Amino acid sequence: MIAYIIRRLLYALPILIGVNLITFALFFIVNPPDQMARLHLGERHVTQEAIDKWKEQRGYDRPLLFNTEASGLGVITDTIFYEKSIRLFIFDFGSSDNGRDISYDISQRMWPSLAIAVPSLIVSLAVNIFFAMLLAFFRGSYIDVWGVIMCVVLMSISALFYYIGGQFLVGKLLHLVPISGYDTGFDATKFIILPVIVGVAAGIGASTRWYRTFFLEEIAKDFVRTARAKGLAETRVLFRHVLKNAMIPILTGIVVALPLLFMGSLILESFFGIPGLGSYTIDAINQQDFAIVRAMVFLGSVLYIVGLILTDISYTLVDPRVRLS
Amino acid sequence: MIEILWTDALIFLLVGTIVAFAIYARSREHLRAPWRQVIRKPLGMSALVILMLYVMIGLLDSLHFRSQLEQQNGNGEVQYSATIESVLDILLDDLRSSTEKTYSAPFALHQYNKETIEDAQGTKRREYPRLQHGGSHLEDPDRHPQDIAKRLVFTFIGGLVVWGLTVAFIVVLVVWKTGDSLKNVLRTMSRGERDLPWRSLFATLAFVVLVALFLMNTASVYHVFGTDKVGEDVLYQAIKSIRTGLVIGTLTTLIMLPFAVLLGIMAGYLKGWVDDVIQYIYTTLNSIPGVLLIAAAVLMMLVYMETHPELFGTGVERSDFRLLFLCMILGVTSWTGLCRLLRAETLKLSELEYVQAAEALGVGRLKIILRHILPNVMHIILIAVVMDFSGLVLAEAVLSYLNIGVDPTMYSWGNMINSSRLELAREPIVWWAFLAAFIFMFMMVLSANLFADAVRDAFDPRLRERA
Repeated sequence: MIAYIIRRLLYALPILIGVNLITFALFFIVNPPDQMARLHLGERHVTQEAIDKWKEQRGYDRPLLFNTEASGLGVITDTIFYEKSIRLFIFDFGSSDNGRDISYDISQRMWPSLAIAVPSLIVSLAVNIFFAMLLAFFRGSYIDVWGVIMCVVLMSISALFYYIGGQFLVGKLLHLVPISGYDTGFDATKFIILPVIVGVAAGIGASTRWYRTFFLEEIAKDFVRTARAKGLAETRVLFRHVLKNAMIPILTGIVVALPLLFMGSLILESFFGIPGLGSYTIDAINQQDFAIVRAMVFLGSVLYIVGLILTDISYTLVDPRVRLS
Repeated sequence: MIEILWTDALIFLLVGTIVAFAIYARSREHLRAPWRQVIRKPLGMSALVILMLYVMIGLLDSLHFRSQLEQQNGNGEVQYSATIESVLDILLDDLRSSTEKTYSAPFALHQYNKETIEDAQGTKRREYPRLQHGGSHLEDPDRHPQDIAKRLVFTFIGGLVVWGLTVAFIVVLVVWKTGDSLKNVLRTMSRGERDLPWRSLFATLAFVVLVALFLMNTASVYHVFGTDKVGEDVLYQAIKSIRTGLVIGTLTTLIMLPFAVLLGIMAGYLKGWVDDVIQYIYTTLNSIPGVLLIAAAVLMMLVYMETHPELFGTGVERSDFRLLFLCMILGVTSWTGLCRLLRAETLKLSELEYVQAAEALGVGRLKIILRHILPNVMHIILIAVVMDFSGLVLAEAVLSYLNIGVDPTMYSWGNMINSSRLELAREPIVWWAFLAAFIFMFMMVLSANLFADAVRDAFDPRLRERA
């Protein structure tokens, strides 16, 4: 097992190097730092001194790949590539374009993200499985047919409408909870409820329809027929036999997303004013803070790869027939 | 002077391909059969009608030109206007030119905000001024409800007549084509016993005719969905947004398709190091969170466009380039899924007897791919293209909302939603732009989803066996 995990981690390394090269090419070669500086300083006719100063403050004044002026190891280490890209591998994100420490920001902002993402995940899992089982129980009947059509209708509505509509209805018309904002500690609850509800509502259509197919697949199998032939009640068959087996694809599908929960939801957070990593990224995009976007791209890729490895491991845990190789 | 934008060219290329395929498939039963199955489904048929309507509007909006200016200078040279217009703009000229000062509610006669008005006596009053275009045909504002009621009644009667004539025409056509008796045709149609779902077709037609007549009847004198902050008709914006949604939904897959198909089949058929390299490429691209990759790429494109303003002549060309770039970058993030599916399917196919037999007989690799593998993965490609469409339309809205989507000057549902967020927060609220974007987008995505389901059911062999 440990050997397998190590091998997978080593396999992940070239992928991370690839991600790193792509982001480097995107951020520094397509557009040299001079142009970034010009965009940031905002004016068409900025002086060269201002650009140089901007670059120097942020460490963009070094050569891209090789520093011919430095001596020894400095040829490689005293470059933008080393400082801004290689450093990411040891999770040294450096500072953002307006001078804040990115690592510190991430450690501060990941908690609000988790406070939204974890309850959302649990609630939506419970709700979706409930509805999917309901449809599977009434399979082939009008309830099933119309339920599936309802799912398609729900998934045809953009998530933005759920967010805006939910915020408008619950927050502004009914005045049940604050529209947006966040607080520390237990007081955060009242700010969390609304984002969780609309987040869950936005996902019901697609997930319920998807989970329903898992249930139907299991129901068609022989052991279910055996259980019925044994004389078990339909509900018991559904809960004891079908649910248990249908949970395998559902849970393993979720494992890949688990690490990404840290990153939070981009739109949901900026919508409800949650100071998490999602809104952090959005703010960075809007302020065109390239350092933060670069860091988040790398972090996201790392978390995704971790999720993939976790998925493989979880397969072996729930299904002994799958062997690690 | 006809102007062909980049996206226009690609759209017409796509339309040409579809038409060519339709002609090719006409005489080939195995290609026709699944499509017939798609339109035999009641929901598939309804969705197709609605989608065709959207596509027609989108195509009209893709015929761009620059109108000729009236005055000519001395040497007889013909001058063209600097703005690029589309055929749809000309058709909707009423809507486009009837701008107000600022917000006005749907069907309103008066502006949404109070203004200071000085009357003949020189006294100043704060009141809601009459709109310049909305309901300007009414002398007496009190007759407003009657006028709307009159137009509604007229819509229903006219709609019934138009719909009845269309249905009668189709019924006669069916009688003439099949040689069945009129009585028999009517009976089987009303019971849904014919092979095509006529009832759902007629119901959808009724809906389309009623909506179209209603808009024709009212949109010329009222702002059906009100006006926005600068007084532009919201209905016009929503209709213009159709093209943006269609372009994103179709061109993205058109751009990514060659890469996904080529690399997927190569990885699955050639195996070995080719497979390793291709797998590495798509795992790497896939591991970057999609939104972030798009955001990074769009930011870089903005910097590029900022520093090279000379490449883009007009604002329309600029926003068109941005739209095309967005399609490309969305394609980069979305081709991996299809590539993986194709690789797995090709791996499976390359072990089958007929491929092995072809190999044993010394058929070249390229020929095997073209003759034996590609036709057998076509259904996967088609299902993926159709299924991706609605997701891409929804993605456009989200990206535009995050300011990394289409150009802010371009009409799109994402931009409409983006601005309506502030409008919903103001007091009194402005809700109509949000509603218009919702209705137009929902109709398109819903029919795309239903159509995609019908296509999947008809083409996926696993589902076909079950049914």
